[in-house]
Amino acid sequence: MDTDTISAISTPVGEGAIAIVRLSGPEAVSLANGMFQGKDLNQVDTHTIHYGKLLDPKTNEMVEEVMVSVMRAPKTFTREDIVEINCHGGLVSVNRVLELTLSQGARLAEPGEFTKRAFLNGRIDLSQAEAVMDLIRAKTDRAMNVALKQMDGRLSHLIQKLRQELLEVLAQVEVNIDYPEYDDVEEMTNELMIQNTRQVHQEIERLLRTAKQGKILREGLGTAIVGRPNVGKSSLMNALVHENKAIVTEIPGTTRDVIEEYVNVRGVPLRLIDTAGIRETEDLVEKIGVERSRQVLQEADLILLVLNNGDTITQEDKKLFEAVEGMDVIVIVNKTDLPQQIDMDELREVAGDHPIVSTSLIEEQGIDQLETSISDIFFEGDIDTGDMTYLSNVRHVQLLNQAKETLEDAMDGMNAGMPIDMVQIDVTRTWELLGEIVGDTVQESLIDQLFSQFCLGK
Amino acid sequence: MNTFDAGHYDVIVVGAGHAGVEAGLAAARRGAKTLMLTLNLDMIAFMPCNPSIGGPAKGVVVREIDALGGEMAKVIDKTYIQMRLLNTRKGPAVRALRAQADKHLYIQEMKKVIENEPNLTIRQGMVKELMVEDGVCKGVVTETKAAYTADSVIVTTGTFMRSKVLIGDLAYESGPNNQRASTDLSVQLEELGIKMVRFKTGTPMRVNSHSIDYSKTEIQPGDEVPRAFSYETTEYIMDQIPCWLTYTNEFTHKIIDDNLSSSAMYSGMVKGTGPRYCPSVEDKIVRFHDKPRHQVFLEPEGRNTEEVYVQGLSTSLPENVQKQMIETVPGLEKAEIMRAGYAIEYDSVIPTQLWPTLELKAVEGLFTAGQINGTSGYEEAAAQGLMAGINAASKVLGKEPVILDRSQAYIGVLIDDLVTKGTDEPYRLLTSRAEYRLILRHDNADLRLTDIGYEIGMISEDRYARFQDKKRMINEEIERLKGITIKATDQVQEVIQQAGGSPLKDAVNAYDLLKRPEMKFEMVASLLEERKDLPEAVEEQVEIHTKYAGYIQKSEQQIERMRKMENKKIPEDIDYDDIHGIASEARDRLKEVRPLSVGQASRVSGVNPADVSILLVYIEQGKIAKVSGDEA
Ligand SMILES: Cc1cc2nc3c(=O)[nH]c(=O)nc-3n(C[C@H](O)[C@H](O)[C@H](O)COP(=O)(O)OP(=O)(O)OC[C@H]3O[C@@H](n4cnc5c(N)ncnc54)[C@H](O)[C@@H]3O)c2cc1C
Ligand SMILES: Nc1nc2c(ncn2[C@@H]2O[C@H](COP(=O)(O)OP(=O)(O)O)[C@@H](O)[C@H]2O)c(=O)[nH]1
Ligand SMILES: [Mg+2]
Repeated sequence: MDTDTISAISTPVGEGAIAIVRLSGPEAVSLANGMFQGKDLNQVDTHTIHYGKLLDPKTNEMVEEVMVSVMRAPKTFTREDIVEINCHGGLVSVNRVLELTLSQGARLAEPGEFTKRAFLNGRIDLSQAEAVMDLIRAKTDRAMNVALKQMDGRLSHLIQKLRQELLEVLAQVEVNIDYPEYDDVEEMTNELMIQNTRQVHQEIERLLRTAKQGKILREGLGTAIVGRPNVGKSSLMNALVHENKAIVTEIPGTTRDVIEEYVNVRGVPLRLIDTAGIRETEDLVEKIGVERSRQVLQEADLILLVLNNGDTITQEDKKLFEAVEGMDVIVIVNKTDLPQQIDMDELREVAGDHPIVSTSLIEEQGIDQLETSISDIFFEGDIDTGDMTYLSNVRHVQLLNQAKETLEDAMDGMNAGMPIDMVQIDVTRTWELLGEIVGDTVQESLIDQLFSQFCLGK
Repeated sequence: MNTFDAGHYDVIVVGAGHAGVEAGLAAARRGAKTLMLTLNLDMIAFMPCNPSIGGPAKGVVVREIDALGGEMAKVIDKTYIQMRLLNTRKGPAVRALRAQADKHLYIQEMKKVIENEPNLTIRQGMVKELMVEDGVCKGVVTETKAAYTADSVIVTTGTFMRSKVLIGDLAYESGPNNQRASTDLSVQLEELGIKMVRFKTGTPMRVNSHSIDYSKTEIQPGDEVPRAFSYETTEYIMDQIPCWLTYTNEFTHKIIDDNLSSSAMYSGMVKGTGPRYCPSVEDKIVRFHDKPRHQVFLEPEGRNTEEVYVQGLSTSLPENVQKQMIETVPGLEKAEIMRAGYAIEYDSVIPTQLWPTLELKAVEGLFTAGQINGTSGYEEAAAQGLMAGINAASKVLGKEPVILDRSQAYIGVLIDDLVTKGTDEPYRLLTSRAEYRLILRHDNADLRLTDIGYEIGMISEDRYARFQDKKRMINEEIERLKGITIKATDQVQEVIQQAGGSPLKDAVNAYDLLKRPEMKFEMVASLLEERKDLPEAVEEQVEIHTKYAGYIQKSEQQIERMRKMENKKIPEDIDYDDIHGIASEARDRLKEVRPLSVGQASRVSGVNPADVSILLVYIEQGKIAKVSGDEA
């Protein structure tokens, strides 16, 4: 059957204290061993579990403390060698572990692929075959929908642009090859090609950097709860946390010993910013002043702005609205159990396009609507997330990394003076990989480009 | 129809164009008793358009045909007037030969080969009807009422299917060069339920060489180094004839522009789809309006004729406009047109209706090959003819079908593209259609395919022994180089420096030295104590395999991945309606194409990765079902 080794997060993301990254395939054990500090996994007995540390082999930096279980074929789910890496359940950790396995040569599993392998290797019997097909269909469709939804418009636009640049380079190389006597095109030389590809390479690197920082991709949607003292910020925080099993993760490598809260709201990972401050019922604006708070707010992807139903809108409230201008904001009118003092018409005017949700946290009212509101805003792509979007983009990052590598191969070839048509193989591959990100790899488009760009023929 | 029994053949080939001749020869050479029927015995393997064979991708195909025991390479090697190696400044993967042919000699030479082939009969005659009973083709009937029965029939009728010639406002039913059109066959194929599409192409005028002022043009000579297509050719034609280059200009373009409405292609008379890569000069002016000039190559059509082909001016403008237009081109001011350019429109079979053997799915025993399958070009036609001939013989002789995959040959790319994706314009091979073109080189077509040619009985024992020798020499020399250490002596550094490389720091082995892009085999060899006396072709292979080992390896890994999917066969009787969860568009396309492997299925347009996964699961399920059924 397939001989490559696949990897995926096999626990619901952000929903448990422990997450599992699962590897399956002939290289599963050796691949895990290559990044594991502890026992030699190649030597351990099958179906055993081991404590140790994951190191990034490139930098030798510690990534995580983990428990690794090794299960050798054939007595496994897929009938292949399986390794499960148990790590902290936080989004950051689990993604980092997954990415590490990918950078070590595993391939990100397709939707339903573990099950498919289990089936193809005879682990699942005939009666389950239909279920397997359903699963593949459903998972793929969902993954595709999600991927499309989550693909930021600008990102896909940018990738299309890079592809077009490469395509033009390729067409020029092709025309030199297929129509050697055609005198109208500048001969595509290695020098020219280096110029063109270098630009694309820089762009890819830039994208990858933003992906690295990509808050949402790695750390969830940065969310700040703001409001005057006593409007119910802490209560809101607690409500979200209790409803949604918060995961507390220590962020390694940071100097300040901040504890951040992660909550998973209807599949949207929220990272509640500066929760410590809120917990102590100190007011963000009060504490650090409007200027600083503006800065802190800049880090946020989503603002939950809380007002008191039992109070009129104050000057301070209006300042807050100004501070969050241009950001994604959900306005929460809390304490609806109290007699209404707030002027809703006035509020609608100040709030502009921002959605308004009413809650009574004390009576546990309205939290559902708030959650709906959060997930709407997220999946409609209204959130300003910088250049990258969230989770399923691990696939994008992997493809982008591969694209970068093949482009580097091409550049190495050019520098070594390899003939252009050899180097071009790697450029074509880069173009295809970028195409996979945006879901488009039709060979025909090169030929179309060729004939639309140049006047060829007898 | 009142017919007479004209006998039985294993294989009948209809048509003796470039597809037909290879089909007939291949079937006969594999041992099938074969009959070829064609309209005109003086026009066997006629070149209705440019008098040239080869070029990028196409030239590689010619060598592939040779390695499989076909004829095209050998005949052009005997009849060229000029030979050039193209893309010499680029890497080995895209080099290719192109020959200017003496098109008349080519016909004679090919006719001679056919006449002397045992097992092969050639006869003039127009096939009017195919005998088809219960979806099986049983033979053919000619217009003179001769009824031939056969086990397999290969139709290679090219651009003759219900064809129509167009010049200005003149339109008449005709094949190329005023030959008769083949209309009954086209109608019958349609009646058999075969879907057809209308394509068009065109050709430029021919002018008399005496009327050309060559002093206003640039000479384009052939190469001085002797080269040939066939791996078997040992004698080279050294007496070559040059081509000439001139250009159109604004005056030419104005005449075309002013007369566009009188061009058959622009007046709406032509309905067929033309190829983008062979545009008429009208197309060029319309689509690339800003280009100040276009190249025009003047190509002699042979040694014993004054006719010159005017490449670049393919047109269906009225004859008087053709005359005005050509007189604006430097060197052609007084050119005498001998034949006017024309467009031709014809029917072709939508090729997704074919199995990869080129047998029609709807009619057993009926194969089609060549331009009738929607391609264009002599080489594309010849390649299909060869494969159809091989496979028709397989069928008759009860042998395995021969299907080349995309990593084995351009021929594999061509046929896979046709039967899997179809085409919406006349299909031409391009190097960019091959994903493994680094492997599909013109220098190694023999290494890729001679084994297959030998296995199917198309390659003689002699030739095979020579081939084995060559392979052995290549491997031995590579191993030898790996074992030789070259020290960083002054002499060595000198050679390296002259080649433009950076000096050695330490001793290296000869193999690693040859890996350097700037080091030619010659240079490395000059540094060795012992220089083996090897054929040039062997040295070339050693150099390519060494220098590009990294790239070659990468391609081979890709191929290995592809093969895995290619090796997963889809049972012929698969019922796509029974597969749970496949998307409906994919289902429809799969039912139409009926791919033979999961790999092929994945290339069908509209089939996405989830469909492929599901298909895989379904097929495996079938296997399991069989096993558990056996147990019961
Ligand atoms: C005007 C013109 C312009 C072209 N321009 C180009 C070009 O620019 N570039 C390019 O690559 N290719 C071009 N071609 C195409 C190229 O010539 C063909 O691709 C190639 O010749 C096809 O080979 P074939 O064997 O399929 O068919 P053909 O060479 O057309 O041969 C068909 C054979 O079938 C025979 N035949 C037909 N009907 C019957 C019948 N009923 N019974 C018996 N025998 C029959 C004919 O006698 C002939 O021998 C052009 C062709 C034409 C006519
Ligand atoms: N009546 C009422 N009181 C609430 C509601 N939500 C919070 N409170 C109360 O308001 C006070 C301040 O709440 P807290 O969450 O600490 O506000 P913060 O200062 O904004 O963090 C507490 O006494 C809460 O119990 C509500 O919906 N209704
Ligand atoms: Mg508080």
